Amino acid sequence: MTPQAEFHQRDRDLHPPAHTPVYKTSVLRSPRIPLWSLQNSLSEVTGPIFSPDELGPLDNDLVLNYAKQGEAIGEQTIVHGYVLDGNSQPVSNTLVEVWQANAGGRYRHRNDTYIAPIDPNFGGCGRMLTDERGYYFFRTIKPGAYPFRNRINSWRPAHIHFSVFGTGFAQRLITQMYFEGDLLIPHDSIIATIPDKSAADRLTARLDLNASRPLECLAYRFDIVLRGRRQTLFENKLQGS
Amino acid sequence: MTPPPFIPSYLPETPSQTAGPYVHIGLIPEQAGFEIFENNFSGDIAGPDVVGQRIIIEGRIFDGAGHVTKDVLVETWQANAAGRYNHPADMQNKTIDHNFRGWARTGTDFATGLYTIRTIKPGSVAGRKGRKAMAPHVNFWLASRGINIGLATRMYFGDEEAANSDDPVLNIIEQPERRKTLIAPRSERDGALVYTFDIYLQGDRETVFFDV
Repeated sequence: MTPQAEFHQRDRDLHPPAHTPVYKTSVLRSPRIPLWSLQNSLSEVTGPIFSPDELGPLDNDLVLNYAKQGEAIGEQTIVHGYVLDGNSQPVSNTLVEVWQANAGGRYRHRNDTYIAPIDPNFGGCGRMLTDERGYYFFRTIKPGAYPFRNRINSWRPAHIHFSVFGTGFAQRLITQMYFEGDLLIPHDSIIATIPDKSAADRLTARLDLNASRPLECLAYRFDIVLRGRRQTLFENKLQGS
Repeated sequence: MTPPPFIPSYLPETPSQTAGPYVHIGLIPEQAGFEIFENNFSGDIAGPDVVGQRIIIEGRIFDGAGHVTKDVLVETWQANAAGRYNHPADMQNKTIDHNFRGWARTGTDFATGLYTIRTIKPGSVAGRKGRKAMAPHVNFWLASRGINIGLATRMYFGDEEAANSDDPVLNIIEQPERRKTLIAPRSERDGALVYTFDIYLQGDRETVFFDV
């Protein structure tokens, strides 16, 4: 394998800044001194590599992976897409992890006390490796909306949390996916932390009827873009893509 | 006719969002309170076949009011005892330890706020081209409720004074006082070697975080 080049500088204007009072918890958890810019060294261009034998066969099927006495309750949903880098190259064999609330908007978590019931057959988490094309998919239950303690009447739109590694530790990303057509999206304090409206819009997965299963479940398409690598001039040609 | 110049176009990166208070469900479900996967990732990465000196890295993460945070995801990434990363981009002529991935994941404890990583002490890694070798260090990445985009920092070892004073990354930090926020003091407890790395998200002792 050829040595891999440094990453493009992260465009911080696309990301939420650390300090966003609209989302109250960020106020005390945001560094106030500007980050030190650090050129990529081996410590940043390398990162953990995962292998298929670390995953179980049902890890990407949230309808079945915690089923105890029957399937999880709710609207079965497929979520799929590609993990690409900024150069449009597939990010293959990378770990994608997801977690979410159940159909009623309740998390299986010892700290969640929302009134909606726990679904005994739904854990709410899954994971998968992308294939050679950077493609991933999983089956789940469409999560419910739920209130959270920000303002008195703050509600989260239905969403799924995503954690993605990429090939170098500097590509590490955690984000959230929303569903097209959700009326709560314009009212959400977490989405509002992203200053660039078009960047925020890219977190909304589109309904994908072509990928849905007739008489079974709908599908949503969510593509994820990680930082690209700088291409190096090699004999007057750009290397890589 | 000359061909048109190659003009690369770039896709914009997907924006980050907070990992939220329930990050444990997806990434450390045992801490959320249930078992689901056959294989769980952990903060204990120094298995019996791993080469190197066993160490414990532990600490607390403080918010801007000085309170201990109790819901933070902590991930670390480090070289092996010889100073090589288990990754194809690391072309250093050093031994790869196939038993050591170098990556740990844990959370701060809901009751005490303490995080614990059991690992081995990494060796020194080559610096950028033309720069000195980097002192032994462990890369940290933090995500949690209230953190909109993951925070990257590094931990250096308190008993590596000579290497630390020559480290090309510590030395880009102008203020010597701030360099100290990255250096974990060493102690011994019940025969174990412990490095205490407390992280301050904000305030007088704010830890140095990096835009990498």
